[in-house]
Amino acid sequence: MAGPSVNDATPGPEPEDAAPGEDAAPAAPRPLGPPLYPPLAPTVITLRVIFGVLLAAAVLYAPIYFTPQNNRILSQAIYLAVAAMGLNLLTGFNGQISIGHGAFFAVGAFTTAILMVDHNWTFEATIPIAAVLAGTVGLLVGFPALRVRGLYLALVTLGLAVLAPQVANKYVHGTGGRPLLQPRRSEFSSLLTFLDDDQWMYYLCLAIAALLFFVAWNLVRSRVGRAMVACRDEELAASTLGVNLAGTKVGTFAISAAYAGIAGSLSVMVDRLADGTNPVLYFQRSIEFLVAVVIGGAATMFGPIVGAVLLVLLRRNTQDLLEGQKAQVLSPALYGAALMAIVYVLPEGVVGGVRRLVARVARQQPVATAQPPSSPTPEPA
Amino acid sequence: MQLFVSQVLNGIGYGVVYGSVALALVLIFRVTGVLNFAQGEMALFSTYVSWKLTTTGMPVALAIALSMVIAFIGGALIERVFIRPVEGRSPLNVVIVTLGMFLAINSLTQLVFGTDPQQMPSPFPSGSIELFSSGGESIEVSKSTIGLIVVLLVECAALWFLLQRTRLGLRLRAVASNPDSARLVGINSGAMLMLGWGLAAALGALAGSLVASKQTAFDASLMQIILVYAFAAAALGGFESLIGAVVAGLIVGVAYTLTIQYIDALDGIELVMPLGLILAVLLVKPNGLFGRRTVERV
Repeated sequence: MAGPSVNDATPGPEPEDAAPGEDAAPAAPRPLGPPLYPPLAPTVITLRVIFGVLLAAAVLYAPIYFTPQNNRILSQAIYLAVAAMGLNLLTGFNGQISIGHGAFFAVGAFTTAILMVDHNWTFEATIPIAAVLAGTVGLLVGFPALRVRGLYLALVTLGLAVLAPQVANKYVHGTGGRPLLQPRRSEFSSLLTFLDDDQWMYYLCLAIAALLFFVAWNLVRSRVGRAMVACRDEELAASTLGVNLAGTKVGTFAISAAYAGIAGSLSVMVDRLADGTNPVLYFQRSIEFLVAVVIGGAATMFGPIVGAVLLVLLRRNTQDLLEGQKAQVLSPALYGAALMAIVYVLPEGVVGGVRRLVARVARQQPVATAQPPSSPTPEPA
Repeated sequence: MQLFVSQVLNGIGYGVVYGSVALALVLIFRVTGVLNFAQGEMALFSTYVSWKLTTTGMPVALAIALSMVIAFIGGALIERVFIRPVEGRSPLNVVIVTLGMFLAINSLTQLVFGTDPQQMPSPFPSGSIELFSSGGESIEVSKSTIGLIVVLLVECAALWFLLQRTRLGLRLRAVASNPDSARLVGINSGAMLMLGWGLAAALGALAGSLVASKQTAFDASLMQIILVYAFAAAALGGFESLIGAVVAGLIVGVAYTLTIQYIDALDGIELVMPLGLILAVLLVKPNGLFGRRTVERV
């Protein structure tokens, strides 16, 4: 997770070249206007390096310091961050709103749980399968998404999230015929002798998340990533310039779904179950992902992490804050109110807000505004 | 045959429910351009208000009317207090705020009115009307379904009249289509947005109360699945069209009951049906059955 932050500090003034071979034409001169990734002020670079190193140290040391209980919560934040990153690729960078990522999460969770419970696979081996399956489902959903846009897309995907537990209910029969699969505790035991089970869980989640964030970070800064952003901002212009709109959109959908699938797979390890009993569970998951993206900062790399951590802490603390019977009822109210408050105070998400703050500290206003997190595309009347 | 007809009628019973919630969704979308995820929960709160009023011995129709008035004020206030600050920002922010309201209103409702299931009395006479009978078999339709259809048609006509035939409706539509230009010609767009939310909330109160009265009992989860089907109906109808919402609501309702009755493969996952329906329609007509093509100037 620290990788991006440290590397983030030293992007060249030029975006890396497009994939070789494809561009037979001589390298075009830089377009006019502000560069895509402008050079950063030295203060900002220093701040980022210091922050990155501190964060990396804290993240790596955390599971040794915390109790197993807290490690579980941290691991929950990590898989939530992975799913949110997937949604961020789709919604933040590509501009397609999905409220159905809970369904892909469910595909990942049930794939892992079924392979483990019914076919005796080891947990680690199921993760790629979960990713591929969720990605395939995402691909299938992505094709209609070419025709269905904006709010309509949000609605179709909403239906998908509500459908997921119903499908589980019909086809998955766990203990007592209920759609609830619980792999044995021993199957998640640590593969490294010097790590406890909970620490192993944390580090495994962390390693996978770091890998996925590294992939996402590279993806976004590549030719593909620029095509994704171009689709979001100006579809017509993008297609005129030769961006394959359909391919980009469907591909983003599939990748994004695969991220959610991996997150679902990790959730089986962290929560030790794949649950299909609650009819609105995966709808709630979808909302969580979206909320993590938005409060963290859409179309940023750190946004999903910040959002996921905030969300998990918020949920936990609103539960702890209130004692007794009213807690169950009132905690969603506080949770909802907190979400709204964050949107009011930090419209660009926490990362957007911090960027503004850093820019002010470094007195480099233009740097901060050069890459606004989620500029809403202006709606023509 | 008799089974088929009675299933269709049953589906119409569901359809009017979906249609009436979809109508509120369409109204708020047309007037403010916002997709309100909290619509169902706002309706839920109003439903509890109507129920509470009926427990004081008030006639059901009056209780519903009163709760519509309360909902109107509440809806307008929600717009002013919660939605106004994020207006004109990224649509994602608005979505998050309405989702936050979804959670908050649901739990506030449980806090205020308790978590026990309650019974909402029906404003319509009980019993059913025999449509026709042959050879000892008869086909009946309940009076409450007929009542709902009548209410829905009246709602539709009133809204159409308001939006298309009055100066107020013209202003409402102007604000929805271009807030800046509307402001320039002297329309108080803030007031119009509040009015739009108030109207949608009042419609939601009506729909919620009637839905609850159709069921034997209701609790805080009343609107959640209904909202999905209502969204399906709104999308199918094209999100712009009032009559489209109603017709699509009926289509979704009938498709739902027929799926349950005849397609065993989808037993337990009936939701596939409306979803497939939406997808099929949107693939052929991206703006829904009754939607207009939006022409964008590039």
